Amino acid sequence: MAEAIIRGQPQVGGGAGRGDFPDGGLGDPDRGGGVPPGTVRRTYRTGMGLALLGISMLFVAFTSAYIVRSGLSNDWQPVELPPLVWWNTGALLASSITMELTRRALNSGLRAQCNRWLAATAALGLAFLVGQWGVWRQLSGHGIFLDTNPSSSFFYLLTASHALHLLGGLLALLYIVSEAWRYRLGPAKRTLVEVTAIYWHFMDGLWVYILLLLWFWR
Amino acid sequence: MAHAAGAHAVHHAPQGFIRKYIFSMDHKVIGIQYWFLALLSVFVGMALSLYMRLRLAWPSGSFPFMGEGPMTPETYLSLLTMHGTIMVFFVLTTAPQGGFGNYVLPIQIGAADMAFPFLNMMSFWTTLLGFFVIIAAFFVSGGAPTGGWTGYPPLSAVGEIAGPGQGLGQTLWIVSIAIFAVGSLLGSLNFITTTIDLRAKGMSLMRMPLTVWTWFVTSILMLLSFAVLLAAGILLLMDRELGTSFFIPAGLVISEQVINHKGGSPLLWQHLFWFFGHPEVYIAILPGMGVTSQILSTFARKPIFGYRAMVYAIVAIGALGFFVWGHHMFISGLSPYSGLIFSMVTLTIGVPSAIKTFNWLGTLWGGQIRFATPMLYAIGFVSLFVSGGLSGPFLGQSSLDLYLHDTYFVVAHFHLVMGVAAIFGMFAGTVYWFPKMFGRMMNETLGKIHFWITFVGVYAIFMPMHYIGIAGHPRRYADTTAVDYLAALQPVHEFISIAAIITIAAQLFFVINFFWSLYRGPKASENPWEATTLEWTVPSPPPHDNFGGRTPVVYRGPYEYSVPGASQDYIMQTTPDTMVRGAK
Repeated sequence: MAEAIIRGQPQVGGGAGRGDFPDGGLGDPDRGGGVPPGTVRRTYRTGMGLALLGISMLFVAFTSAYIVRSGLSNDWQPVELPPLVWWNTGALLASSITMELTRRALNSGLRAQCNRWLAATAALGLAFLVGQWGVWRQLSGHGIFLDTNPSSSFFYLLTASHALHLLGGLLALLYIVSEAWRYRLGPAKRTLVEVTAIYWHFMDGLWVYILLLLWFWR
Repeated sequence: MAHAAGAHAVHHAPQGFIRKYIFSMDHKVIGIQYWFLALLSVFVGMALSLYMRLRLAWPSGSFPFMGEGPMTPETYLSLLTMHGTIMVFFVLTTAPQGGFGNYVLPIQIGAADMAFPFLNMMSFWTTLLGFFVIIAAFFVSGGAPTGGWTGYPPLSAVGEIAGPGQGLGQTLWIVSIAIFAVGSLLGSLNFITTTIDLRAKGMSLMRMPLTVWTWFVTSILMLLSFAVLLAAGILLLMDRELGTSFFIPAGLVISEQVINHKGGSPLLWQHLFWFFGHPEVYIAILPGMGVTSQILSTFARKPIFGYRAMVYAIVAIGALGFFVWGHHMFISGLSPYSGLIFSMVTLTIGVPSAIKTFNWLGTLWGGQIRFATPMLYAIGFVSLFVSGGLSGPFLGQSSLDLYLHDTYFVVAHFHLVMGVAAIFGMFAGTVYWFPKMFGRMMNETLGKIHFWITFVGVYAIFMPMHYIGIAGHPRRYADTTAVDYLAALQPVHEFISIAAIITIAAQLFFVINFFWSLYRGPKASENPWEATTLEWTVPSPPPHDNFGGRTPVVYRGPYEYSVPGASQDYIMQTTPDTMVRGAK
């Protein structure tokens, strides 16, 4: 390596301050350009992990406000969760299973199965969002609005914030579906499917967390 | 979020003007865009402070663009609010991190760009949108908000009934801060990923320049704290627009009218806000510490004293910063027991701060000091950080803070330590990296004139504020002449205002120097300061992908100056041992 520097030849090296990797692909933008193989995949996973950390902090802040506000005054009247919430929860939990099956099918190169599970995941995600809309309609039908009391304010805030984030995941899923339809979804798109799956499972877990909060801290 | 970015760490150089300079995904262009946004913001913020100083020194005067007759107290409060908000968010958070961090971090770790260039571009444009929204608050009916940069409810939550500026102006303020928070979250995610995953071979964590460490830790603070500010902003907006009662207490009467809210707590906002607000102080100052360390070592021709201790101090300051928010709330009815805990943790931050100061002085001790302008600003940073920081232990004790909290003593404290110290870090960074950014050197004489007037000027402005604070002068008052004991302090106000006018005028030296040097400065070499980090191994300015298709390999730490036996007094991070030995 030192000789290469002395002769003024390009120096090659390797990512995250460690490791070595073959020369192919280095400095060539068409082959990943100047970064070792696997770096792009790694950055997407790191980036997604950090995005989830940021989203967690948003909900941690909401949670602390929820707990503090619930103990502040006597105007807190717990919201009775409509039964539809449990159906929605079932749909979302099922969508996590189908998402995992999508990922596995893609890794195994089973295109038809992959497409089937992918479509099922998107459909279940959509069903959840429509179901949540139904829950809000039911509550408002019973006279429980956003500003009725602090408990209902938090119910709408938490469920809507979650729905908005899930909608982002659904858009990513629809993009993957469109790629699949155009026969562009090969193993090369594995990273995209993987980070979307991580996000989707996280949204699933986040929903369970919100549900537990609303149920146990009434 | 990340997958939507759809980008790679390396992309082809764009050709058209729009893609090259406006909607650019190149971290260097984005860094310069952030820098210019901060420059624009600092002039807006400075103009607002000038009007405040004019009002305080000459209460009965009328001033251009401020309407007929003396300035109203409401106008004064709106100037104060907008000055604080614009300075904290669009200057102190924007230039050190978004500006220099964006430009320099990828090059210093040997990467071709940020991990997500598209996301990087979106961060800047989101921040710019936030700037337009806050500026719009000046031009809506009722004018700019008067709630201070901390936006405390109920003043900020009840709407127009609370006075001019509390209608649409305050709404725009909240929206702007929320947009800014989103932009900062996107940016911080990018910085952290880049630092973790895109370091060149050999660039281990303990070989990273201290600048990279400070940008890295700052990004973590941003990721964890801006999300909380965003949550608080959403709750506040809901209280204002959707009739909820998170922050507005029951039975509140304003202008003889009972407000139709119940049961909320203004303290809840303070907790959420300061959970963000205190780390924000370190978001502003940490990058300045990094730049200062870099420059002191380079211009003293000595390795930084105690590199590892510096790294641990940076991490400690960042971590402790999350457990001290209560010291902003000593007078808000906080439990004295909580106050005691917050007080103890606050004073603990003095330890890593003292370690850093000790190490800076240790770096200077016995060095072959080159007094070029970057060095002057860096020494200025240390001076201001110490002067401003020393009043921290006074305010960190709840018993003393009860007296000092709402006085000018606090204004003096945070302006010195967080405001002008960080601004000196920016001056230092600008002069130091200007040759790399634009390929030309800035003028040394103009730089030195600017340094000395500004350095003496800021002390003349903020030192007397300690005294009037101890004398019991409340902050945020527009008019001091109506109260007897304050009227006696009026000559001090006049002195401060004159010092402020001179200091603000002296900034012209910097602006003229900057723009003149941009076109007429002498051409800069690849490494004009004889520094060792990776940005000084590439041409000035660097090519689109920073390293011209090659990927550097790092063999040593960032501050190897005056190494015994080496042929010159600095060894680049990319120089292998065989070459050092061969050069003997």
